[in-house]
Amino acid sequence: MNFLIRKGWRPIAVLILLFILWEIIVKITKVPDWLLPAPTMILNEIISGWTSFYPDLVSTSKIAVEGFLVGTTVGLVVAVSLHLVPWIRDSVYPLLILSQNVPIIVLAPLLVIWFGFGLLPKIIVITLTCFFPITVAALDGFKQVPYSHKHYMLMAGAGKSQLFWKLEWPYALPSIFSGLKISATYSVMGAVISEWLGAEKGIGVYMTLASSSFRTDKVFVAILSIMVLSLLFFAVIVAAEKYFIRWQSKGGNVE
Amino acid sequence: MSHLLVDHIVKSFGPNEVLSDLSFSIEKEEFVTIIGPSGSGKSTIFNLIGGIMTPDKGIIQLEGNNIIGKRGSISFMPQTPSLLPWRTVLQNVLLGAELQGKKDRDKAIEMLHKAGLADYVHARPEELSGGMKQRVAFIRALLSPQSLICLDEPFSALDELTRLEMQKWLLSIWEDYRRTVLFVTHSIEEALFLSDRIIVISVKPTKVAAEFEVPFNRPRDESLFLDEEFLKWKRTVTYSLKNEGSDNDGEANRRTYSFRSI
Ligand SMILES: Nc1ncnc2c1ncn2[C@@H]1O[C@H](COP(=O)(O)OP(=O)(O)O)[C@@H](O)[C@H]1O
Ligand SMILES: [Mg+2]
Repeated sequence: MNFLIRKGWRPIAVLILLFILWEIIVKITKVPDWLLPAPTMILNEIISGWTSFYPDLVSTSKIAVEGFLVGTTVGLVVAVSLHLVPWIRDSVYPLLILSQNVPIIVLAPLLVIWFGFGLLPKIIVITLTCFFPITVAALDGFKQVPYSHKHYMLMAGAGKSQLFWKLEWPYALPSIFSGLKISATYSVMGAVISEWLGAEKGIGVYMTLASSSFRTDKVFVAILSIMVLSLLFFAVIVAAEKYFIRWQSKGGNVE
Repeated sequence: MSHLLVDHIVKSFGPNEVLSDLSFSIEKEEFVTIIGPSGSGKSTIFNLIGGIMTPDKGIIQLEGNNIIGKRGSISFMPQTPSLLPWRTVLQNVLLGAELQGKKDRDKAIEMLHKAGLADYVHARPEELSGGMKQRVAFIRALLSPQSLICLDEPFSALDELTRLEMQKWLLSIWEDYRRTVLFVTHSIEEALFLSDRIIVISVKPTKVAAEFEVPFNRPRDESLFLDEEFLKWKRTVTYSLKNEGSDNDGEANRRTYSFRSI
């Protein structure tokens, strides 16, 4: 927390300045509320609409966490099998990259046709947005294991699973966490998109309703909550990283 | 029966024949050093004994048992310490034993104390100097349950003063915990100072060019380096290396024989 206060005050000050500027411009130019609401108006909406918005927020957070967990699992399983079985890597990796070129938005209707409106298509959407950064990061981490370490382990008689669990996995953990950080923030975005497929609750639903009734202040509330949620997820991963990887020195030179 | 028997080994990488008919053996608790120019195939010999490569021809036996292609039959100390950065010194030292499923924590701690690493038992490798890292790597090899220790140029990356310290340290530890050692080096002085026997190998084709029993009594100390007898031996070994190169022609060959002297 101390760290946040020491490093965080500059961007926060800029942000506050920006809000003040925004407020002044809106007041002077008399832009209609549905076009650009003033920050104070958005703040008002947050406070007055909190009880009705709260269930949406919880619903989205929940689905984002679920999707993130599934996405992480898929990402790691894919990475490990690609790493351990060379012929899978050669044949599947190019396809994986290709899969990332298909926009999720385009896939969404297909998923609805195939899986309906339940939880499953939503989890699939989030998984699709989440798993790739983890897979790439983990593969990268496995690849960075120095040859000398591997050579020692083999000479000392390490089996395949010992080599993996005692050397490659711990060595790749810092990389994996970099992937997790990206995926954690993606998962919130994925959750909102998945709610556009059709849901009863959630920030995505709230946002759709708000924009179709020209409640621009509510749209901003939705955007703001997505940002805060992403940041929160990110912070959780950073905390986990600090806990699990205490060995890495800055610019760690490993030998 | 010899502890390690390497008999008529041939090994090529594609068209490049690296070992052509190499034979030697090591007795129990003997300290044997292989000396040869870089690129002569010394690390390849270790890879063959360690089972991560298989020879095209020949026999490798440990205490009479065939170990071709069998990993984990020897304990190994590489040129770079290769310590795991997330493990403490103690955990690193136990790694070799752990891979074989037999850890002895108390013995490890005792040995770290004897090795002058008492203050670093729970430190991480990044806190250690180069010399200390190599001590940890050696203790890791010593704590591994295998009876033969192979060291591949373990001190060649260290500066000269540290290297001398390490050589003395290695001898003192080894005299306490006698094991069979196969040591590889560039340095004639290092070989003479440490070993019971020196095997000189020639390059292209790589085979045993000469063998020397080193006559100095143990325990040895650094005054040996200035001993008349030592210098004579140094000349003899240097000569055997040079001679062995002379029937090959050309500058290129001679260059590979430039030895680092301490
Ligand atoms: N895995 C390998 N594949 C192909 N060539 C190799 C391999 N390992 C070693 N060599 C070749 O074998 C020769 C001896 O290498 P090496 O055993 O490392 O020598 P040294 O340890 O004596 O310096 C070199 O010419 C090297 O290029
Ligand atoms: Mg070598």
